[in-house]
Amino acid sequence: MKTAAEFKIHYRQILDPAGNAVAPLPPFAQDTALLLRMYRAMTLVRVFDAKAVNLQRTGLLGTYPSCLGHEAAHIGVGAAMLPEDVLAPVYREFGTQLWRGVTMTEILTYWGGDERGNDFAVPRHDFAWCVPIATQTLHAAGAAMAFKVRGEARCALAYIGDGGTSEGAFYEALNLAGSRTLPVVFVIVNNGWAISVPVAAQTAAQTLAQKAVAAGIPGVQIDGNDVFAVRQVVGEALEAARRGAGPCVIEALTYRLSDHTTADDAGRYRPAQEVKDAWALEPLIRMRKFLLHAGHWDAAREAALLEECGAAVDAAVAEYLGRPAPATDAMFDHLFAALPAQLHEQRRIARKYASKPGGP
Amino acid sequence: MIEAIAMAHGWEMQHDRHVVVIGQDVGVNGGVFRATAGLQQRFGKDRVQDTPLAEATIAGMAVGMATHGLKPVAEIQFMGFLYPALDQIVNHMSRMRNRTRGRLQCPVVVRMPHGGGIRAPEHHSESTESLLCHIPGIRVVCPSSPARAYGLLLAAIRDPDPVMFLEPVRLYRAMRQEVGDDGRALPLDRCFILREGGDVTLVTWGAMTLDTLRAAALLEERRISAEVIDVATLSPIDIETILASVAKTGKLVIVHEAARNMGLGAEIAALVAEHGLYDLEAPIRRVAGFDTIMPLFKLEHDYIPSVQRIVDAVELTCAG
Repeated sequence: MKTAAEFKIHYRQILDPAGNAVAPLPPFAQDTALLLRMYRAMTLVRVFDAKAVNLQRTGLLGTYPSCLGHEAAHIGVGAAMLPEDVLAPVYREFGTQLWRGVTMTEILTYWGGDERGNDFAVPRHDFAWCVPIATQTLHAAGAAMAFKVRGEARCALAYIGDGGTSEGAFYEALNLAGSRTLPVVFVIVNNGWAISVPVAAQTAAQTLAQKAVAAGIPGVQIDGNDVFAVRQVVGEALEAARRGAGPCVIEALTYRLSDHTTADDAGRYRPAQEVKDAWALEPLIRMRKFLLHAGHWDAAREAALLEECGAAVDAAVAEYLGRPAPATDAMFDHLFAALPAQLHEQRRIARKYASKPGGP
Repeated sequence: MIEAIAMAHGWEMQHDRHVVVIGQDVGVNGGVFRATAGLQQRFGKDRVQDTPLAEATIAGMAVGMATHGLKPVAEIQFMGFLYPALDQIVNHMSRMRNRTRGRLQCPVVVRMPHGGGIRAPEHHSESTESLLCHIPGIRVVCPSSPARAYGLLLAAIRDPDPVMFLEPVRLYRAMRQEVGDDGRALPLDRCFILREGGDVTLVTWGAMTLDTLRAAALLEERRISAEVIDVATLSPIDIETILASVAKTGKLVIVHEAARNMGLGAEIAALVAEHGLYDLEAPIRRVAGFDTIMPLFKLEHDYIPSVQRIVDAVELTCAG
């Protein structure tokens, strides 16, 4: 019998959980300033995330999806992208967004119930958070199509979660990207759980990376807690896509150390021992150990960094809390480029019954 | 009408390099109805692209393209196949401007054949415009002649917001009319008064405008002067033109091919009741498709309101 097709999925890791290199270090590992910037960003997003959860617990923020444990995946992707690339996030990739210029105040503004948080000052061309699962993958493919049509050497990058890979839109996006050789990279952040459903209940596939195979595009699995591997493998994929070599699927293995959102209680469905084990593999530990071994880090610098991040987060929180609610008109202001006359009467009624201070 | 639609595509692609056409079979085949005939040969494969056979893909990629500088005109092969794309339309296309405070925009036109009457297979003949009219942030447009198809499609492509463009299949080849290729758009958000009259207002759109005009001609012989209004932009609806007509005639009959229940006729009737009740001299009547599944084509003309049904409803309304 002949073999019609076969495939292999490679797994890549550069730093092991102890912070030791298990593969040749990539060239960027020589750039100490970059490594320190990446570690600072990972720390900042962790401090920010804890603060955001606390704000929700005290009624100062809406439902919030924590990114605890995803710091290497998110910062590695951010560091691999170029400013002119386009990010299509899901809803918890705050690390990538902060790296790209979205502010903590903007994140809090959106999750605090105000669309102005989506009006990023930088980067203007990135997509906003995407709540309907997997739909953003098609937007990234469409943006990549626009780049291709115009002959621009830019790339789109779409995130998706492990649960999202069960959605039709994900397969459609891979299919489109593969069939048209689009400059788009799909990063599956496999954190083990889609709210209460484990990956094993989503699919019988051994890996999520192999979902690429049916679309005729390369797929690779990486240690998503290893910021070196993420930065390197995503960087290679983006460069290939920008050169016209087409799309790629990268499955980053990590773990959701938090609840799904602040509205969730993972204790209802997840064994405590599993979470405890996952903490030993979390990404900040190994990066810190690597920097310590390399002589770039010490306890004093760690303490100073934590203090600096805390102050930056506090300043952003103060700015967010000081921002008045949007005016009632905001519902109508951007519905269309110009509000049709048919809606003027409804706007008049909304103004009359406006409840919030800040209304006209 | 189909040539007018192809002509509008050609004009706008010639004059705006951001306009791209996407859809199933829109390229070398020129669309299953030939609405995009000749465009790929003229503008190339980058600007006239066959997509994979997936409606969510078409709508989702249109969102990505539109937010990044292009103006996609997407064809859905039949309205019955629109539904996989609704997720993208409801959750993204319609909301993109609003949820980013204008930072990202979606100048997309989604064109689709609408309605029945051409002996098509199952799922090819429905009129479900009410589903779309319920979505804030998009326009829903339905032309009723070659000239209006040309002018309204140009307006839809030039509009900075998403437009669902419903093309009545019965009119694709049923109606011939000279249309000048002058690039002149017709206004969106406006009704068109197709025939003036003083006794009764007939409000309709799409393919039913032909039947309603035929009914108006028959009614003229019976000394009933009917004003016929083509709604054209179904959402947001130009109720002012309808109210002004009802103020003149005192009577309103609404005609649509779509099922009656929650049809656009209900919204028009409610708006006229709210704002024009005291102008009415008779109850508002609706002549609509039945609240049944659109039958296969042996019975489709029993489903689609006939000229006689319209005439009878108007006579009942005018009998007072």
